[in-house]
Formats: sequence, structure tokens, C-alpha cells
Amino acid sequence: MGAPDENLKKTNMIHIKYFGAIAEVTNCTSEKLESKTYSLKEIIQEINKKYELKHIPLKYALNQNIVDKVEGIEISENDEIAVLPPFAGG
Amino acid sequence: MNRYSKQIQLHQIGESGQTKLENARVLIIGAGGLGCAVLPYLASAGVGTLGIIDGDKIEKSNLHRQVLYTQNSTGQLKVEEAADRLKEMNESLKVELYREFLSAENALKIISNYDLVVDATDSIAVRYLINDACVVAEKTFVYASVFKFEGQVSVFNYKNSPTYRCLFGEKAQAVQNCEEAGVMGPTVGLIGMLQANEVIKIITGAGEILSGKLLVYDTLSNKQHTFSFQKNDELKIDHDFFRKKHLKENIQETTPSEALSGRKLLVDVRELHETPEIQMKDLIRIPLSGLEESIHLLDKNFELRLFCQSGIRSMKALKILEKNGFQNLKSIKGGAREILKTLNDEKEYIH
Repeated sequence: MGAPDENLKKTNMIHIKYFGAIAEVTNCTSEKLESKTYSLKEIIQEINKKYELKHIPLKYALNQNIVDKVEGIEISENDEIAVLPPFAGG
Repeated sequence: MNRYSKQIQLHQIGESGQTKLENARVLIIGAGGLGCAVLPYLASAGVGTLGIIDGDKIEKSNLHRQVLYTQNSTGQLKVEEAADRLKEMNESLKVELYREFLSAENALKIISNYDLVVDATDSIAVRYLINDACVVAEKTFVYASVFKFEGQVSVFNYKNSPTYRCLFGEKAQAVQNCEEAGVMGPTVGLIGMLQANEVIKIITGAGEILSGKLLVYDTLSNKQHTFSFQKNDELKIDHDFFRKKHLKENIQETTPSEALSGRKLLVDVRELHETPEIQMKDLIRIPLSGLEESIHLLDKNFELRLFCQSGIRSMKALKILEKNGFQNLKSIKGGAREILKTLNDEKEYIH
């Protein structure tokens, strides 16, 4: 009997949607992400790192609800995160 | 036959809805892409008075999407051309034109004249101005914005509901507007049409309003999403906030007359030995040197007016109290000297 193998830890399948100028940076309007973390904050850090989004002010929605702060929010399997920039034009 | 009979026969509209439309005064801020979609439909639906504010002239590159204008109208002021077209559509329409851009100086005055506001602008900075002016003036406004083939629509400040600041916070930054990013006419037309639709629903009470909801529409995929968001209860957008954000006046200082009027508590922050002493009913002496330890003596709900000899220490006291969560504060300019002068005129309180 060995210790639990970290590599077998369950990953979450999360759906991410991108809008506006963000979708141009990511080159897609949606993608599926497999993440080992349950923390919304950490998932966003993963996305930011992947696409270098750090410096653009953004809002995030979890299952269609925009969150005020990303800290302290846990996500579950098949949750949907939306990355929302404000639009300017008119 | 009544020209509005086809909309009156909708039970959500009816005669009473039509009357509401005719009595409504709606301000459209921006006569560009969104404005050119909103304006003709509101005019044709029988909205009684439309205010239009825009300082721009028509350019050739506007024509592909700003469909109120023609190739013969380039160089003309947008608001004048729009007014001419709209009055041709509906002679009973009243149009009020503002041949200028919305600014911190004119926003409150203009917006307070209308029942409902439409944000049909193209810059995030002016959207903050519209938000704050509408909250101060207690007006609902219908927001929309466009980026390439996508658009956003929401109704802010509807019955004390969330506002633009509740949604995007303090630091929303434009990536690009239509001029820079590019846009198709049908995209901005569709989004403007959604705005006109919200205006009509708000006025007549029909359907559900996009309040506390952000509708995002992608015309390339025809997918739409509606995201919910909450009001930020910690944010207080009042005259002081507006002045601080947009007019940069010093709102922390006040005059002795203001401080002596109404139900205010004067706080003398001079050392106890300093003269001249001012004796009056609603006054407490807490020297600046001992203020931090004595904060518990003050109630955050009171309107506090701080003073010292000339007004310098009282500003320091104000900053200390602000750090401790006090908001109803002002420092009396000119301090004890000016207060005495004012009181001398009233000849009552001098010791």
C-alpha cells in the first residue's frame, strides 16, 4: 500500500468562453480546460499565463453570474467561466 | 386610422402604453452608429420628445453604419441632420438638440431634463460620466457598446439596480472603439435596436428589463449570453463623488455659514488652551493631538464640521477621520477666525 499518487488526482473539466478583444488574443471564443485546481483564482492565473492577459482589466462570470472578486470561489466539474472585457464602440 | 394602431393592438402596449410613449422625454447621447439605430425607431414609435447630444460632424466613413445620414450630408452636424430626418418621419416629434459633447460641466443639467437616457457613445471615459450623472440625477440609462462583431446591452440604475461601476468597477479600459477596431453596420444596428427595445419596454412596462443583466451578442455566431451581476452596495455615487471624479473641486472644505446651518456638530480640533473660545450648543472640543484616541466620542452618522485656527489642522483631522470610516465630514475654511466673523453677524455666541 503506497501513498496516494498525486498524478492520479482528479482533474476538472472547465469550459471557458472568451469575448471581445480577449477572443482575439486567445484566437478562439471557447475552449475546454483541464485543471487540477478547484480555485477560480488559480484557473484565471493559468489562463492569464497561457495568453499573457495580465494587464487587461477584465470581469469573470461563473455559470452566467459575474463575480465581484475571484478570491475564495471554488469551481466544480463542467462549470463555465466567461472572460468579459468591456466594449467601447458605438 | 391611427398611425400607431399596429402597436396599440399589442396588449403589452395598448392605448395607455402609447400615451406613456407620447409623454416620454428620452435623451440619446451620441448620434453615431448606435444613435442612428435608436433614434428613428423611437421617433416612429411615437416617443414624444427626443433630446440628442453630439458634437460631431458627419464623415464619409460613418455612412456605412450611420444610416440616418446620406452622402449629401457629409460635413453637417450629426444632431442637425438627425433632427431633420426624424421630423420628416414624425411631425409630432419634439426634438431638442445639443450641438456639443456631454461634459462634466453640462451633464447633470442636461440629463436632469429627461425621463430616460440612452448611452449611444463610443468611449469608456464618457460612459463613466454618464453613469455617475445618471445616478446623481436618479435617471435610468440604457447602455450598449460594440466591439467588431459583438455587442453588449444593459439597463443601469433601473429602480436602484446595479450601475456601470457595479459591473466594470473603477478601471474599465477601452481596447478599441468602432473607428479603431472596425465594425459592420448590421452589428451596431442590431445592438442599437436592442437599446430601442429596452427603452420602449421601460416606458410601457412591457416584458423584462435587462436590469442587473448584461446581454452579450455575437453576430458572427448568433450566440447570445446573459450574465447577471450584483449591485455594489459600498459605492456611494452622490454629488461629492461626482465632483471628485469629474470636476476635481475641493469638496472637503466648507464655509462657516454652511457649517452653522442645519443639524451639524462642530468639532474644534485646537488645543484646549487656544482662544478665542467659541461656545455654542452643537460643538465639541477634541484636540488634533488626541483625536485618534477620542474617535469613539464621534458618531459616524452625524454631519461633522471640523475647525482649528486657520483651517490646516482641521484638514489633517479630516484625513484621520476619513481613514477611520467617517464620510459626513468637512473642514471649515478659515477656521475659528472666520467662524467668529460669521457669528459676529449673528451676535449670539461670543465668549
